[in-house]
Amino acid sequence: MLELAIKGGKKYYGWMTFLMVILGVGFLFYLRQLDFGLGITGLSRDTSWGFYIANFTFLVGVAAGGVMVVLPHYLHDYKAFGRVTILGEFLAIASVLMCMTFILIDLGQPMRVFNVFIYFSPRSVLFWDAIVLNGYLFLNIVIGWNVLEAERNNIHYQAWLKPLIYLSIPWAVSIHTVTAYLYCGMPGRGFWMTAILAPRFLASAFAAGPALLILCCLIIRRVSSFDPGREQIQSLAKIVAYAICINVFFFLCEVFEVFVVFYTNIPEHMDHMKYLFIGLHGHGAYVPWMWTSMAFMLIGIILTVNPITRKNEGVLAVACVVIFLGTWIDKGLGMIAGGFTPSPLHEVNEYIPSLPEILIALGVWAMGFLVLTALFKIAVGVKEELRD
Amino acid sequence: MDSSRRHVLQLLGLSSLALTARPVLNAFAKEAEHAEEPKAVIKPNKKALTAKQWAMVIDTRKFESADDVEPLVEACDTIHNVPHLKNKRHEIKWIWETHYHNAFPGKAGQFLSEAVEHTPFIVMCNHCENPPCVRACPTKATFKRESDGIVLMDFHRCIGCRFCMAACPFGARSFNYRDPRPFIKETNKGYPTRSKGVVEKCNFCAERLAVGQLPACVEVSEGKLTFGDLYDAESEVRELIRTHYTIRRKQVLGTEPSVYYIV
Repeated sequence: MLELAIKGGKKYYGWMTFLMVILGVGFLFYLRQLDFGLGITGLSRDTSWGFYIANFTFLVGVAAGGVMVVLPHYLHDYKAFGRVTILGEFLAIASVLMCMTFILIDLGQPMRVFNVFIYFSPRSVLFWDAIVLNGYLFLNIVIGWNVLEAERNNIHYQAWLKPLIYLSIPWAVSIHTVTAYLYCGMPGRGFWMTAILAPRFLASAFAAGPALLILCCLIIRRVSSFDPGREQIQSLAKIVAYAICINVFFFLCEVFEVFVVFYTNIPEHMDHMKYLFIGLHGHGAYVPWMWTSMAFMLIGIILTVNPITRKNEGVLAVACVVIFLGTWIDKGLGMIAGGFTPSPLHEVNEYIPSLPEILIALGVWAMGFLVLTALFKIAVGVKEELRD
Repeated sequence: MDSSRRHVLQLLGLSSLALTARPVLNAFAKEAEHAEEPKAVIKPNKKALTAKQWAMVIDTRKFESADDVEPLVEACDTIHNVPHLKNKRHEIKWIWETHYHNAFPGKAGQFLSEAVEHTPFIVMCNHCENPPCVRACPTKATFKRESDGIVLMDFHRCIGCRFCMAACPFGARSFNYRDPRPFIKETNKGYPTRSKGVVEKCNFCAERLAVGQLPACVEVSEGKLTFGDLYDAESEVRELIRTHYTIRRKQVLGTEPSVYYIV
C-alpha cells in the first residue's frame, strides 16, 4: 500500500515540500544543538525540562486520544466509526513518533539512548515510559496496517489481530498514566504531586486527540473524494465535549486542593499555582498564557456542549482549534514551567524557550505531520479505491 | 523474472547474510573464551577511609561571612574541575552558599535571629539514605554505593535525560549545557573532566576517601565541617549530633539526608 503515499497531485506535493522545509530548518538547528549542547535552549539548572518535554507530554495525549475511535468501534461495535478508526490509529502512530523524537532531542547524550535498555532499571518510571511508548507504536502499526490491507482486499482482518486490538485499548490509557507518573513520583515537586494528574492528563488527551481528528476529517473531506461522514464527526465532537468538561472539572479539583492548602497555609504547593496565574515575586511570563488557555477551554466547552453550535461544522472547527490550543498551553507550557518554578530552593528563575529550541520543536511537529499526511494519504487512497 | 536470475539473487542475499553473521559469531566465541579468565579485581588501598554511611555535620555558627565559605567552594571546584560559567543558566555547582530561607524553605519565619539572618549557609548533595534521584535514573548512571552510602555518578553512562535533576528536592544537581572544559581555570589531572550533556554533583570526595583523605571542603574548613560514619556511635559526627540540636533539609520528604546542620 505504500505506493499510495507517492501518488499525489501538486497540492499534496506542495504541502509535503512545505513540511520538509520546516523539518529541514529544525534539523539544521538540531545539528547546532548536537554540536554546542542543550545550552542553545532556554533550559537552566532550575528548569531542567522545558519545551521539548512539554510537547512530548502533550503528544502522548494526542496519541492516546486515538483510542476514542478504536474503543467505540471494536468494544461497543459502533459501526459508524469503522470509517474513521484507521485515521485514529494512524494519528497515534504519527504522535508517538513525535513523542519519541522529542525525548531523543531532549537527551544530553542521545547516542547513549540504548543504555536505557542495556542497564535495565525497572525502578525508573522513564524505563516504563520507554516500554509503553514503543509498545503502543508497535500495536498501532501492526493493527492499522493489517486492518487497512484487509479492507483493501475486501476480506475480514486476521483473527490474531483481535487480541492485539483489545490490548491496544488499555495500552492507550497506560501510556498517558505512566507519563503522568514521570511527574507525580517526585518528592519536593508540590505542583505535580497530586493523584489527579494522570486522570487529568487522560481527560485533556481525550479532548485534544479527537479534536485534532475532527479537523483532519474536515480537511480530508475537502481535499479528497472520501467523506469521513457527518455522523462520525458529530460523535467525535460529543466525545470532545465530555472530555474537555471533565478536564476543566479535574483542573478545578486541583485548584480546590491548592485552595485548601492555602487555607492551611502551606506555601510549597500554592506558590506554583500563584506563579502561573498571578505571578510570583514579580515574575509572571506565563500569566497571560494560562488565562488564555482557560478562556479557550471555556469557549470550547460552550461551543461543543451546545448542540446548535456543535452541529454547525464551521463553528465546530473553531471549537476544535481553541480546544487543541487551550490544552496545549495548559499541558505544554504551564505544566512544566509551573512545576519547576519556584525551584526547590524557592528561587524564581523564569524559563523562556529560546528561538532555536522553538524551531527544533517545530521541525519535530513538521516531521510528525509529514508522516501523518503520508499515512492519511494511504488510508484515504484505499477508501477511494473501494468506493470506485 | 527468469529462474536463473532469481537464483543468483537468492545466492547473493544468502551470502551477504553469512557475511554479517560471521562477526557476530566471532564475538560470541570470544566471550566464551574470556569467561574462563579470572575477573579483574581492584585492590583496596590500605589507607582508605570506610564507613557504613558517610555523613557531614555543618556548624553554621562558625560561618560569619562569605570569606568563610569561599575557600571551601574553591577547594572543591579546583579538585573536581568544576567549570566557572558566566551564564547563570549554565552554572555548575557542587557546593555553594545560600541563605537560610533558600536552604530551609518552609522553616524560615518572618523574624529570625540576627545570626541566622546573616549566616551564609552552605548546601550540597545530601547523599540521602533514600535518594529519589537514584530511583529516577533510567540507566543506573547515578547510584548509591552500598559500601559507604555515597550517591555517585557514572559520567560515561549518563544519557543526560535530567530526570534526576527533577527528582532531587535539594537542587543539588547540575547539567553540562555546554562543553565545560574551556571554563576550567586549571585542569586537575587526578579527576576526570566532564563532557557536555551529562549531569554532575558533589561526590563526598569519594576519590579522596579511597586514598585516606577527608573531603576537600572538610579539610580546608578548619573544623567548621565534620565528616564521619553516621552508624559508628563513636564517630565525631555522632558525637556532635548527640551533643547539639541539629536540623536537616526537607526532612519531611523522607529522603533521610546525611548532611546535618547545627544552627
